[in-house]
Amino acid sequence: MVILLIGFSSAVALVLYAMRQNIMLFHTPSQVVAGEVQGNKLFRVGGLVVTGSVVKGNDGLTTEFDLTDMGRSIRVRYTGLLPDLFREGQGIVAQGLLNEKGVFVAQEVLAKHDENYMPPEVAASLKKQGVLLPYPHETD
Amino acid sequence: MIPEIGHFALIIALCLALVQTIVPILGAQTHTVQWMAVAKPAARGQFLFVAISYVCLTYSFLNSDFSVLYVANNSNTALPTYYKVSAVWGAHEGSLLLWALVLGVWTFAVTMFSRSLPDEMVARVLGVMGFVSVGFFLFMLLTSNPFERIFPSPAEGRDLNPLLQDPGLVIHPPMLYMGYVGFSVAFAFAIAALLGGKLDSVWARWSRPWVIFAWVFLTLGITLGSWWAYHELGWGGWWFWDPVENASFMPWLVGTALIHSLAVTDKRSSFKSWTVLLAIFTFSLSLLGTFLVRSGVLVSVHAFATDPARGLYILIFLAVVIGGSLLLYALRAPHIKSSGQFELFSRETALLVNNVLLLVAMLTILVGTLYPLFVSAFDLPSLSVGKPYFDLVFSALTLPLVFVVGIGPFMRWKKAAMNKVLRRLVKVAVIGIAVGLALPFMVAGKTTILVTLGVTLGGWSIASAVYYLLRNVFPAESGAAVMHRLGKIPRATWGMSTAHVGIGVFVLGVTFVSAFEQVRELPMQFGQKAEMSGYVFQFEGVRDVRGPNYSSKQASVRVYRNDRPVALLLPEKRTYLVQQNPMTEAGIDTGFLRDVYVALGEQIDGNTWGMRLYYKPFVQWVWLGAMLMAFGGLLAALDRRYQLKFKREKKTVKAVMQENRLAGPS
Repeated sequence: MVILLIGFSSAVALVLYAMRQNIMLFHTPSQVVAGEVQGNKLFRVGGLVVTGSVVKGNDGLTTEFDLTDMGRSIRVRYTGLLPDLFREGQGIVAQGLLNEKGVFVAQEVLAKHDENYMPPEVAASLKKQGVLLPYPHETD
Repeated sequence: MIPEIGHFALIIALCLALVQTIVPILGAQTHTVQWMAVAKPAARGQFLFVAISYVCLTYSFLNSDFSVLYVANNSNTALPTYYKVSAVWGAHEGSLLLWALVLGVWTFAVTMFSRSLPDEMVARVLGVMGFVSVGFFLFMLLTSNPFERIFPSPAEGRDLNPLLQDPGLVIHPPMLYMGYVGFSVAFAFAIAALLGGKLDSVWARWSRPWVIFAWVFLTLGITLGSWWAYHELGWGGWWFWDPVENASFMPWLVGTALIHSLAVTDKRSSFKSWTVLLAIFTFSLSLLGTFLVRSGVLVSVHAFATDPARGLYILIFLAVVIGGSLLLYALRAPHIKSSGQFELFSRETALLVNNVLLLVAMLTILVGTLYPLFVSAFDLPSLSVGKPYFDLVFSALTLPLVFVVGIGPFMRWKKAAMNKVLRRLVKVAVIGIAVGLALPFMVAGKTTILVTLGVTLGGWSIASAVYYLLRNVFPAESGAAVMHRLGKIPRATWGMSTAHVGIGVFVLGVTFVSAFEQVRELPMQFGQKAEMSGYVFQFEGVRDVRGPNYSSKQASVRVYRNDRPVALLLPEKRTYLVQQNPMTEAGIDTGFLRDVYVALGEQIDGNTWGMRLYYKPFVQWVWLGAMLMAFGGLLAALDRRYQLKFKREKKTVKAVMQENRLAGPS
């Protein structure tokens, strides 16, 4: 009984601690532009890659693009190989920090392996902006 | 015509499953022998019809019958034949049918190997399994019929998701399902015992091999999935803490706890109600895992909104199965008496600690997996719980577990002699610490506190398992004596030691690969060389390759070490013709001590491509460790104790048959 109690209570403490340290909040580009993101903590931002905004750096690995929720948009910079499904118009989620110039420096860019897939947060934030989304499976 | 036969067979299977559920359980409650006798034939018939249904769907895939909606959505005429067979379980409807088929297989196995059991028990076990079958058949027929037709039928199918077109994924789901569904046997047994009100250790003895077999399948299934992700996703990782992975890992953790707790119930008649509860949990998590992965709820909670019937059905079914069995447990558990007493310093305590740690590990994963879902269901600001959370929580819980793994076997039941145990463990600890101090320097020339700790624990668990296995073999006078003594070790002990060695191997692999792996991302021109971790990668060029249903850019990268060629890697960037998805196929040179791994990025200009190079020390040990665990489980499940039981069964069968012959046809 004592062992069970110690086990479970230390687990609860561990979970709470780990959650506080490692939970990542999701923000929309509009929220970021409005200055709602504070502090120096990693966060996620999601939206659509603006068509025509993708610029490759001279090193061949750095990519900059605008990410929008159809309201406001922010500039994102990422150095590294992008996922297979990264392309203009695609919904993606980026994880990283805002630098002092207001550019979101991504450490990771996520795009799911399905051309119809929309990250749920992206879909929700687009919906808030009043963008009509085609239903994934009825588009073709 | 064939799809209609399949559909019809599914309906018949449902009817038989209803019979299999209701009649035998009522028979067992009212002690009506004829009703109980219905269980086996009904169960076998149910299996036959679900198999027919499954064959019909496979036939439709092989013939590219695109008038069947499910086939049209998941196949294509250009799809290679073996992927047509595996495309049957490529999406929601078909994977449910596979689930039902696998449940049929396990049910059939129970009808074959249950002759030594009392009739009432068999009736109840098959009844409970029948109830689960009913749930799945109804779900398919009401909301997810794989045989639904479309008119007009398309000329060509939409093709199987390219991600699933990989040999690893052909066998991964069936293995996983054999594991998930295999736990239904232990579940059915626990419920049957609760219904009958008779929970003795015979129950535990009987369900042990079933649980271990299911666990072996689940272990293999998860390992295959991890191996597939490593090969196919091009990110060089082997575990992502993705909800889909967590869904299969949670039943594994509780299943592992169940195996150990069953040992206590079997040998010492202790932990009885706890074991019953674990059996319920294990199968409940298997069900939850199936639905989490296949219902689309993980992609978005709002996926349910597109098809409320499915979501509602799943919730009701889970509530009935889990809630019902927990209610039954709450009513009956107070009457279960555990007889075995034990002291604090005993094997029972060690196994209890094992159980607590495994269960807590499962709970932390459950919280991390479901928390974002809850949050988004209530429209709170969305968040994600990622790899750092799981890495921290899980390693904090598994390191003590690995420590206990090294101690447990040396403890005796009931009461262990502390000084004797300690004397042996000191030797093991010395080996472990020596390994922990020396090995990181031999592998990487450096170390950190965490690496030393991980390697020490890995070495500790291997040394302990080997020492325990051979503790009575040496010193020996001759080679013959060694062989003789080795031969006398029961298979269960071999199995336990192998599995525990597997844990050590796994821990070593995880520690080394996560601490010392190297990655470089860079643009490379044809002919250019890049150096990393003592390996030189030379990019030779890119050529076009055509597959049966894709076109591909294939790079060739030659790898040198000390100016000697080591490997030629051929990473690819594939474009599947129908769905037009780009897919990365990594080029990997696998070795016992390291993998060299190259993924091809996008074309930057003419002769320049983005490249990702990895050096992964000991990564194969991750899967090697898991395979050793599975092999250990197999050895334990094949222990002679269980086989003797089966032989005795055969005798009883003969006796019964003779009896029948004497009685004549009735």
